[in-house]
Amino acid sequence: MEEFETPKPPHTNYINAEYGLKSWLLTRDHKRIALLYLGAISFYFFIGSLYAMAIRLELLTPQADLVQSSTYNKMFTQHGIIMVFFFLIPAIPATLGNFLVPMMIGAKDLAFPRINLLSWYIYMVGGLITIYALLAGGVDTGWTFYVPYSTTFSNSYVIATGVGIFISGFSSILTGLNFIVTIHTMRAPGMTWFRLPLFIWAHYATSLIMILGTPVVAVTILLVALERLAHIGIFDPAAGGDPILFQHLFWFYSHPAVYIMVLPAMGVVSELIANFSRKNIFGYKFIAFSSLAIAVFGFLVWGHHLFVSGQSVYAGMIFSFLSFAVAIPSAIKVFNWTATLYKGSISYDTPMLYALGFIGLFTIGGMTGLFLASLATDVHLSDTYFIVAHFHYIMVGGTLLAYLGGLHYWWPKISGRMYPEGWGRFSALVVFVGFNLTFSPQFVLGYMGMPRRYHTYPADMVSWQVLHVLSTAGASILGVGLLIPLCYLVWSMRYGPIAAANPWNLPGLEWQTASPPPTENFLTTPVVTTEAYQFAAPEHKEVVGKFERQKPAGT
Amino acid sequence: MQSWFPFIPESASTYSGDVDALYFYISGVTIFFTLLISFIIIFFVIKYRRRNAFEIPRPIEGSHKLEILWSVIPLLIAMTIFFWSAKVYFTQYRPPKNAEEVYVVGKQWMWKFQHATGQREINELHVPVGRKIKLIMASEDVIHDVFIPAFRIKADVVPGRYTTEWFEATKPGRYHFFCAEYCGMNHSGMGGWVVVMEPTEYENWLSGNANQMSPAAAGQQMFESLGCASCHGANAEGGRGPALLGVSGSKVALNNGQTVTADEGYIRESILNPQAKIVTGFGPIMPSFQGQLSEEQLLQLVAYVKSLSIPKTETQTAKPAPASKPSATPK
Amino acid sequence: MICLEAGYRPPLNRKRTTLTEGLTHEPTTHRALQHHFENMEQQREAGTLGMWVFLVTELMFFGGLFLAYTIYRYQYPAAFATASNHLDIRLGGVNTVVLIVSSFTMAMAVFSTQLGRRRNSVIYLLLTIVLGMTFLGIKAVEYHDKYVDSLIPGQLIPGRPFNPAVAKPGDTDPHKLHLVEGANVRNVELFYWIYFAMTGLHALHMIIGIGLLIVLTIMAGRGRFGPEYHAPVEISGLYWHFVDIIWIFLFPLLYLLGRHLEGHLG
Repeated sequence: MEEFETPKPPHTNYINAEYGLKSWLLTRDHKRIALLYLGAISFYFFIGSLYAMAIRLELLTPQADLVQSSTYNKMFTQHGIIMVFFFLIPAIPATLGNFLVPMMIGAKDLAFPRINLLSWYIYMVGGLITIYALLAGGVDTGWTFYVPYSTTFSNSYVIATGVGIFISGFSSILTGLNFIVTIHTMRAPGMTWFRLPLFIWAHYATSLIMILGTPVVAVTILLVALERLAHIGIFDPAAGGDPILFQHLFWFYSHPAVYIMVLPAMGVVSELIANFSRKNIFGYKFIAFSSLAIAVFGFLVWGHHLFVSGQSVYAGMIFSFLSFAVAIPSAIKVFNWTATLYKGSISYDTPMLYALGFIGLFTIGGMTGLFLASLATDVHLSDTYFIVAHFHYIMVGGTLLAYLGGLHYWWPKISGRMYPEGWGRFSALVVFVGFNLTFSPQFVLGYMGMPRRYHTYPADMVSWQVLHVLSTAGASILGVGLLIPLCYLVWSMRYGPIAAANPWNLPGLEWQTASPPPTENFLTTPVVTTEAYQFAAPEHKEVVGKFERQKPAGT
Repeated sequence: MQSWFPFIPESASTYSGDVDALYFYISGVTIFFTLLISFIIIFFVIKYRRRNAFEIPRPIEGSHKLEILWSVIPLLIAMTIFFWSAKVYFTQYRPPKNAEEVYVVGKQWMWKFQHATGQREINELHVPVGRKIKLIMASEDVIHDVFIPAFRIKADVVPGRYTTEWFEATKPGRYHFFCAEYCGMNHSGMGGWVVVMEPTEYENWLSGNANQMSPAAAGQQMFESLGCASCHGANAEGGRGPALLGVSGSKVALNNGQTVTADEGYIRESILNPQAKIVTGFGPIMPSFQGQLSEEQLLQLVAYVKSLSIPKTETQTAKPAPASKPSATPK
Repeated sequence: MICLEAGYRPPLNRKRTTLTEGLTHEPTTHRALQHHFENMEQQREAGTLGMWVFLVTELMFFGGLFLAYTIYRYQYPAAFATASNHLDIRLGGVNTVVLIVSSFTMAMAVFSTQLGRRRNSVIYLLLTIVLGMTFLGIKAVEYHDKYVDSLIPGQLIPGRPFNPAVAKPGDTDPHKLHLVEGANVRNVELFYWIYFAMTGLHALHMIIGIGLLIVLTIMAGRGRFGPEYHAPVEISGLYWHFVDIIWIFLFPLLYLLGRHLEGHLG
């Protein structure tokens, strides 16, 4: 990716500033680190997807065909661990966030570039230890590591996996710390809090969860590993310990972790919706504060994972109530995005298709959350395929779609090349169709009573098999839909048309510098005089930097 | 089985209809809002598509009225769901007092049931129509979960404590039940059938399997063989240890000034960790039985202590158990 | 490009009232300034905020253990009293004093560095290191006592599982566990597990802190700090005080609370 064809970009940029492997592995440039993350995350995503395909194939028939139960249990565990800890949590913050947070606020880099690089190495070490554990023996505890199964049964690779996850937790702590400090102290002159793009607000809220929640799960998983190692008994009922305490500690982080995954996605979608309809976002402050509200409320709802764990009915009621409350900020966002479209100038570029798909799927994902926040239905639905469908709608339909949308949107800035638009739209459509076909049957399956993490299911349930076949068919389509962008994005790095500095004609700061940007992002420090998403008429393009609130000159 | 493609499982308990009604209500809300949002988006996307590359739409500031509207309306709808579901949940998780008890022990990867009248079953549970059944559940190893989709009920079975669930079946038939908390290799094989029978049929089934000792009677034997009687009295009337007659369900005063209700969990703790809560007026002299009793034996002891609570029949082993023949050692 | 402008004003310089306030304000070319910061002020602000955020993370890290402590102490008060009585309150008390004094010397080190008194700052940093090591030394003695009494939980030390001798009534051997009424040895193990987890994690932080201080001492000795550049000392000071404060919570929770309870139980 070092060489460029003619016409050569006239400037040095962050990609061609230095050459050689060493210049990448020792870089402190947030943009290069973002690319390091991008490569690593794609790798983990690929592995996680292979497991997913194997799982879907196995479930085509009620009996065990492909693998044995013990292997199947390892497959879904590893699918979960890799996707949650090594793809979904770092996906948007560590790649797009790393690349764009400094640029969007007009800074030269993150506050602590060395810590940023360190976080990538920590992530890799944690990831490789985990991969080692998976290859060497594999864990079959489920990604939730429920005790006492993980501490006294299962196998001893729980320790290595736990250590891997513990280590990689520090990578997200450091990323969150870096974002918070950067957003607080390094905004360009004039970039006040309410001029920040919503992408930044979303990342700020995400970082809060990262620094507050991750240490708790880190210490919890470490306790599991130690208990496994030394049989100490902190979660072991035989020694007076309490297995439910583990679930409380685990979900205290892991529920907010869901918001680590989805908040940055919401930030990306806010950018896409506003920019591709050329409208200032409807209800800026409501979207900004709803991100913070989600981050705060997200810490108060973990108990809804324990409705059937023997928690008291009153605790259940409180957690149910709070879970309904956390739905409101998300609803506010959906309504505001929709309202932003009103009287906009909406383009059908690939990123926008992903963003619109996100709103639809996130609405379904969020609304089906109501079934699970609601106590009586949750009793029937928890630990069934309904849950599986619900969180895939949020994590795949939400996070993955926003991630792909954002990747396409900023691809010209990241690579300096355009992706092929036709292929982009096509693959967005395939992903959308494939995704819905994969996961909507699982809602029905769940209400029918199919428990999750089941290798086999009763053969007399004909309708179950029909639904599983539909789901597997959808997964194949989804898989193809995900391979297409992989191919053409790699292709475009070398052969794509050269991208202009501002190919979408947008006012955001990141578009006011070259594509790809120079190492220090801006040649001189930008000064911000307006709010985000203020669009100028193209004939005034020369004065974009100073644009005042544009009075409509007629549409 | 069904002639049409089913979207909901069979409904065979007193509250499965309530859960379904709630489910349909939330589904209605979900479908309505999903369609509403999708329709609006599609409408906007078509109507306001970019017609030329240079158009700049008129900026629109937010609207507080709208924001309040679309915060309050979802909140109100959410609250209707909350109150409705909490109401149903209370009936699901508050076992009625007069329920018949069935003891359940889960272990990797099988379920053992024992009826109050002594019948034992493995991976199959026979219950009559129209009677309230309460499952008292314990686990020998990891967390399991008894999930009966047709009854819309599920509860984790957690090692080290008792959990309960109850139901009243309304329709005879055979229904699947599953373990719904991942428990290791054969997790997906750890299920079976709940067989719901007409009461007369059920009585036949009971009498056909009536050669086993009731849990309370087995507990009484153990009470004697473990030497509990030396302190608690041959008829549990008390001695160096507190009397157990009528203790179950009563409030017990402890020597640290607190009181506890003597439920199954308390009785269990008092056997395994007697020092934890000491009845006022007694010394900490009872040894722990931790590790010496299987969950099944523990349940039988608990059943015995609970059977002592029926007033004024303490001269007999309370439950109308079939003649206590020494059965083949259970396992 | 377009909206870039050369004339740069330093960003919002709020709420800073430190000793440097009166000093010259344009140290933009200081050799310690990293390229991506506009000036020393911004760099220091970022560093300080970064440390505060990090300490919040640390607090949550200990928080999980504090929660476990609270729950189990509530569940097994007698066992926790028993175990707490067995801890050596004199060593714990001395350690508390040592740490409080070290916090004072650390504060003095920061103060001297800010004023540019190189010799004093090196002396105070060295004193802090010595006090920190004293703490660790005393802690090691305590750990060894627990090892001798077989109080290390589980099989953490191979070949020396948790297996304390329990004192009979009337026996006053300090090496034996004197069970408070209602206590169960298994639950005493839970206490020691939490004790080792918390004090171990705390000791680990002390070791890291001492490492930081050694680096700072060398830098201070070479005259790298002065009135316009002392952020590393300040930030490390924050860290050191935080580690002290954790101990200030640990000491009463682990050493003192149970004793109170013992009297209560009579």
